[in-house]
Amino acid sequence: MTPPLLGGVEEVASSASLLASSTSVESVCENGSAELKERNYMGLSDSSSSGDSSAISAVTGESKTSLNLKATELRLGLPGSQSPERNSDLCLFASTQLDEKPLFPLHPVNDNHGSSMPKNLLLGNKRGFSDAMDGFSEDKFTSESEVNAMLSPRSSQNLGLKPGSILENLSSQPVKAKELVGQKPAQERPLVSSDPRSNNRSSANNSTVPATKAQVVGWPPIRSFRKNSLATLSKNTEEVDGKAGASALYVKISMDGAPYLRKVDLRNYSAYKELSLALEKMFSCFTIGQCGSHGTSGREMLTESKLKDLLHGSEYVLTYEDKDGDWMLVGDVPWEMFIETCKRMRIMKGSDAIGLAPRAVEKSRNKN
Amino acid sequence: MNYFPDEVLEHIFDFVGSHKDRNSVSQVCKLWYRIESYSRQTVFVGNCYAIGPERVAERFSGLKSITLKGKPHFADFNLVPPDWGGFVYPWIEAFARSRVGLEELRLKRMVVSDESLELLSRSFPNFKSLVLVSCEGFTTDGLAAVAAYCRQLKELDLQENDVEDHRGHWLSCFPESSTSLVSLNFACLKGDINLPALERLVARSPNLKSLRLSRAVPLDVLQRILIRAPQLLDLGVGSYLHDPDSENYNKLVTAIQKCKSVRSLSGFLDVAPHCLSAFHIICPNLTSLNLSYAPGIYDNELIKLIRHCHKLQRLWILDCIGDKGLEVVASTCKDLEELRVFPSDPYVGQAAVTEEGLVAISRGCQKLNSILYFCQQMTNAALITVAKNCPNFVRFRLCILDPTKPDAVTQQPLDEGFGAIVQACKGLKRLSLSGLLTDQVFLYIGMYAEQLEMLSIAFAGDSDKGMQYVLKGCKKLRKLEIRDSPFGNAALLMDVAKYETMRSLWMSSCEVTLGGCKALAKRMPGLNVEIINENDQMEFVGGCDDDRQKVEKMYLYRTLAGQRRDAPEFVWTL
Repeated sequence: MTPPLLGGVEEVASSASLLASSTSVESVCENGSAELKERNYMGLSDSSSSGDSSAISAVTGESKTSLNLKATELRLGLPGSQSPERNSDLCLFASTQLDEKPLFPLHPVNDNHGSSMPKNLLLGNKRGFSDAMDGFSEDKFTSESEVNAMLSPRSSQNLGLKPGSILENLSSQPVKAKELVGQKPAQERPLVSSDPRSNNRSSANNSTVPATKAQVVGWPPIRSFRKNSLATLSKNTEEVDGKAGASALYVKISMDGAPYLRKVDLRNYSAYKELSLALEKMFSCFTIGQCGSHGTSGREMLTESKLKDLLHGSEYVLTYEDKDGDWMLVGDVPWEMFIETCKRMRIMKGSDAIGLAPRAVEKSRNKN
Repeated sequence: MNYFPDEVLEHIFDFVGSHKDRNSVSQVCKLWYRIESYSRQTVFVGNCYAIGPERVAERFSGLKSITLKGKPHFADFNLVPPDWGGFVYPWIEAFARSRVGLEELRLKRMVVSDESLELLSRSFPNFKSLVLVSCEGFTTDGLAAVAAYCRQLKELDLQENDVEDHRGHWLSCFPESSTSLVSLNFACLKGDINLPALERLVARSPNLKSLRLSRAVPLDVLQRILIRAPQLLDLGVGSYLHDPDSENYNKLVTAIQKCKSVRSLSGFLDVAPHCLSAFHIICPNLTSLNLSYAPGIYDNELIKLIRHCHKLQRLWILDCIGDKGLEVVASTCKDLEELRVFPSDPYVGQAAVTEEGLVAISRGCQKLNSILYFCQQMTNAALITVAKNCPNFVRFRLCILDPTKPDAVTQQPLDEGFGAIVQACKGLKRLSLSGLLTDQVFLYIGMYAEQLEMLSIAFAGDSDKGMQYVLKGCKKLRKLEIRDSPFGNAALLMDVAKYETMRSLWMSSCEVTLGGCKALAKRMPGLNVEIINENDQMEFVGGCDDDRQKVEKMYLYRTLAGQRRDAPEFVWTL
């Protein structure tokens, strides 16, 4: 069961030019007050940080001209927060929860009456850069907010060091308007340091593999000893218990030309078709880049069929490395056997795959 | 009473066990103070900075056992920087100097160095028992010193400590003549263990009642140990990886059958997910079961095991047991008093239990008085039902993984649910809140939670009023810890004298400002008001700016020892 995301808003990814993300989120801003403003990464919205707003941003139908840089955003959601694709829950929820408290404000939230700058609430998005700049001058306390501390895997040290300054409290007055997130908290320093990784996070918009969950410092309140132990233990158990049983079977997937690899849990799928669809979605961002660079309608919305064509065309071939260390073509053996023998996968350029198929076919013939 | 000789009074005081009662006794008159002080053997110091060790040694000249707690509770969750403090060395040194006849040392959340362990082992010839919970700073070398030099050691209990493993042979440092061991728990150690030394140690310890092994102890060694020590009451299995068809496994089954006395079972740190059935035979005797470190056990295996545990009083498990599993617990474990359900995947943030599991438990386990429950969601209706079914809660800790999640059905705040809990459970001493909460819940807490001693608040409340309700209403409050809630100076300064009736107050990511903290410190010299200023967030400038400068982390506590001298740079005591 997917937990509904409380009060979260992801930015709308409209016509993705550079980076395709899947379905965009539209969170409806019902409160028509001036507090709800659109924001985006570049702060291109015209409702810039005015003094009275309580930094709600409802992002509706983002202008087509703005670059969707959502994919490059560092997502900082609470544990349990979803990546932008799970939109329907989000939308419904968002529209009915006007009075909900913000889940996880990065900065103190101001009411209409506050004269200080609009505080920005975090829920998985960063604040527009210009907003961040505005925020800096007025709010000295948060000028160095280390929101970045929450990005999980490498942040285990950060968690200890960086304070919960990120987790600033709500304003003392009840917040009336719904606090949606669109603002990204100022992250100058963290941005710099995390740039190489931000791209990794960006394609965390995938629906099959859970996005790297950001963490709130010290939440959930479990002793760090226990947290660390469980992390190690479950990892070990996975390794030990590769077969029979319900544990996950993660394999790495690389794609030629992509800057980083992905991992999928093969147990999530029951057939090749599902896997293939998932991989298409996962690696679409890279293919689009290719598409653009090859001159084919760079700014068009990339449809799934086009993607399929791309992948099923002579462009790419899906291969895997089996237990013997040989590279095989995916699809030859029954799914169950595939799961058991597959150690990792590679999406090869068609040109590289020449000669692979016949050998693979021969090998599986020998096996059978 | 004044006409009784001192010895009679002393004898009468022997029957007064609890610290609170003894503290009360000591306040009756000077005579009673004097007698109670020299006759008290077990001393409890809830905050190691509240008093200096010399003063403790001086007052309690008959001291044999001391319990010390160091860091604030939220240090467990990485909210306190590592060098904050809580060093045990000054205590051991002072006691050694004062020639205290120390026999037992119990520490929680303290920094224990190898030097302190060595000093400890050499300074107290009658030393018998060392219990370290959530401590850090020592290595297996320190343990080796304890093993080697504490000739009368009965108990070495290491719970959830962060120990640097030097792969030394600390276990072989127990002298061959040492036969006094009653309790040995090294489950938290991560490194290799000298297995033959362990077996020999167990073999020569006829009084061994409690043994908790680490992951480094494989199944065959466990089997041999069980043969040697069938008298065990408390067993912590280390590694439980095996092949169910093997010879070793059959031997294990035989060995377990002989352990009729085992009442408490834990561990399974490395576990093959099936075949816990070897332990089914001892399950009917178990009163305590802790499988919270065994994520590899499947829920159906867990359930099969639990079906045999009719006498269970204490259960710690992972949420992979699911709501259905909790229903089985509810129908099987009628004597259950304490339940803890931990999330099996704390990073992903999805728990496999919901309010249904909790309600099922409350229906089946009428004796339940202590719960720690990590769940995916909760509803007011469920909490109200639980309150009705189980009015005996002494500790109630609920953690919804999404910290401001409202009622999953009505989307309302969970004020009413928690309100029902505090209203029904008249004996509630400890409460942890989570979920979407407004000031209303604090109004209820202030009104009803008369016995409440410890309250943990996170991401809750709307205004200063919330905290004010609590401070006004909870007369017995001792520890209050708050994070990420909108309470500011007005609440902090409302009743400054109250803090001297409490052990400590923690506030982080709230609205209190430096000005407020300074004002408090000025009015209450009997408190240490510490500001934890990591990464130079704040500048210690005077003037009106203080009122705009929010304090990220504040920890205040009453103390007779004045400002502590071991505070690191980033801690300012105002």
